[in-house]
Amino acid sequence: MKDNLLEIKNVKADVDGKEILKGLNLTIKRGEIHAIMGPNGSGKSTLCNVIMGNPHYTVTDGEILFEGENIVNLKVNERAKKGIFLSFQSPEEIPGITVDNFIRTSLNAVTNKNMPMLQFAKSMKEKMDMLDMKPEYRTRYLNVGFSGGEKKKSEILQMAMLNPKLVMLDEIDSGLDIDALRVVAETVRKLKTEDMSILIITHYNRILDYLEPDVISVLAHGRIVKEGDKNLAKELEKTGYESILDEVLS
Amino acid sequence: MKKTIVNDIDFSRYNIKNEVRYSYKTEKGLSKKIVEEISERKNEPKWMRDFRLKSLEIYESKPMPTWGVDLSQLDINSIVAYLSPDAKLKNSWDEVPEDIRSTFERLGIPEAEKKALAGVGAQYDSEVVYHSIKDNLAKQGVIFEDMDTALKKYPDVIKEYFMTKNVTPNDHKFAALHGAIWSGGTFVYVPENVKVEVPLQAYFRMNAPGTGQFEHTLIIADRGSEVRFIEGCSAPQYAVSNLHAGCVELFVKEGARLIYSTIENWSKNTYNLNTKRALVDKDGVIEWISGSFGSHKTMLYPASVLRGKGAKSEYTGVTFAAKGQHLDTGSKMIHLAPYTSSKVLAKSISKDGGITNYRGLLRIGPNAEGAKASVQCEGLMIDEISRSDTMPIIEVSNDNVDIGHEAKVGRISDEQIFYLMTRGLSEDEARSMIVRGFVEPVAKSLPLEYAVELNRLIKLELEGTIG
Repeated sequence: MKDNLLEIKNVKADVDGKEILKGLNLTIKRGEIHAIMGPNGSGKSTLCNVIMGNPHYTVTDGEILFEGENIVNLKVNERAKKGIFLSFQSPEEIPGITVDNFIRTSLNAVTNKNMPMLQFAKSMKEKMDMLDMKPEYRTRYLNVGFSGGEKKKSEILQMAMLNPKLVMLDEIDSGLDIDALRVVAETVRKLKTEDMSILIITHYNRILDYLEPDVISVLAHGRIVKEGDKNLAKELEKTGYESILDEVLS
Repeated sequence: MKKTIVNDIDFSRYNIKNEVRYSYKTEKGLSKKIVEEISERKNEPKWMRDFRLKSLEIYESKPMPTWGVDLSQLDINSIVAYLSPDAKLKNSWDEVPEDIRSTFERLGIPEAEKKALAGVGAQYDSEVVYHSIKDNLAKQGVIFEDMDTALKKYPDVIKEYFMTKNVTPNDHKFAALHGAIWSGGTFVYVPENVKVEVPLQAYFRMNAPGTGQFEHTLIIADRGSEVRFIEGCSAPQYAVSNLHAGCVELFVKEGARLIYSTIENWSKNTYNLNTKRALVDKDGVIEWISGSFGSHKTMLYPASVLRGKGAKSEYTGVTFAAKGQHLDTGSKMIHLAPYTSSKVLAKSISKDGGITNYRGLLRIGPNAEGAKASVQCEGLMIDEISRSDTMPIIEVSNDNVDIGHEAKVGRISDEQIFYLMTRGLSEDEARSMIVRGFVEPVAKSLPLEYAVELNRLIKLELEGTIG
């Protein structure tokens, strides 16, 4: 059995003084694909932000262990260097900085060494081919004027280049048409190594058809209220969240 | 460890303080006596002496400007108007006194001269200590002299052009001040159809505390000629105020093209109240490239008077203000003739409570039929305590014109910083990247060496001092 990559123990977190996570427990094993589902406003995106260390969110209680180390007090970039990656629902635009320049700077920052130019270019080409991205993409300014699909692909390209240990995909399926979703999901699957864990935040089942989760957790009211295998998604699709909530809360 | 910091720059190179050795200096403050002293010491013709005294009268009659930056702490009576270093003008670096030479060496001037410049002038406090031009240019009739020498060698030309039809002492208080106590600077004349392919450079260095530098730059690009002029300025940091009130007069004759670049990096105790103007004749082109990084307070608005049909001007500027700095900069484009065109691209950045303003004027006169103009000015604030504003004024007196205009001011958002930090960048590196991206459209349009220097200064400002 694989070891635990991420253990969240009784985490409570506030945003603007309002408690969103109310004692959340979650364990993600190394190499595991773990999906988190739940109704709107249940705290799914908050969870990603808290794991990543967004200073906008305050952890008031509990521990977040990454490879056994409590990372609650680490800065965002320090967490990135440990191998945590967040794919954003709507990533920020950075005018004037090309995709190429950005990814190279980021890669050098995360790995703490300079990848030789040629090797970098070769690696970029390989990953961009997988994502069905045209070469001119490299010279465009990061996310500026990108369509929804292009933004998502740009996020996955970054993930591919940075090769993290924990990938959090925050609603990677929103704003993607079926073909783009398939390309993105299949690329993630191909890129996934045995040691890479993936946390998928989603409303929909479709992406779970491509990226079969080992575990599905249901997040509601700031807690994980139910855990199951991939069949849980089908069940949710039929019954909706209400029945689970009723079951849990009763 | 910050990996992205460029280690090969040393900010201290701008901050070398040499012992002040002077051969002559005036009393603090300003008076008829001081002005006469300067003129006498320079052994000037009577007309220049009279001009200086007339300018002093104008200076005294004009009130301090109350717009732009706050000048209430600027005390002219505590400034030494003229300080001549203990060094004679030389045309070989070996003959320049060692301490002065080493200052310019650390600023990279002699090295740049060998590699990439056609001529160099180096001014130290009030006087030019080094001046040299490549032989081949001199043979083509190009004149490149320090202004005091030019006054002696070409009195008629100087008398005709010096603050008579471009900038005049009547323009404003600091133009008048300049007229009264100007010293040093550069005179360039490029004959008809001569193309100077390698740039000329003048470097202005203030060393002594509590002094003023008032160099005069006069460039005449005759018909069909081309020339590129680079101006650099810096000073070490002192607790007392220094004052820089230079004046730049450019004449771009028919079909000529002049590129005038400045990297201003005055120390943060300097008032920089500078006047720059170009008169552009038919089909002539003036290009301003302006980087303002230093100074305590700056008021600088390079003006292009497009007075010949088809004359053209471009202004590209970057202004960077940090703690304790207020930089009020911009460009004036005056269209007086048909089919003239102008383009302004100005970016300003403020951090740690610094203030930047874009203050610009675009005026299309009644005769400027078919004129084209675009103004784009943007301000970026790096934190909550900094300020930035844009005040682009547009006056149009002709209906048949094509004008584009965009002004915006923004702040770096926490979301942008967070996003970049999730990709491994520290907070400072994230800010630095956003700023580099912000100035990218400007950096792209600059000559390579200039763009490199610009990026260095940005990195230095953002990664070298925060945190």
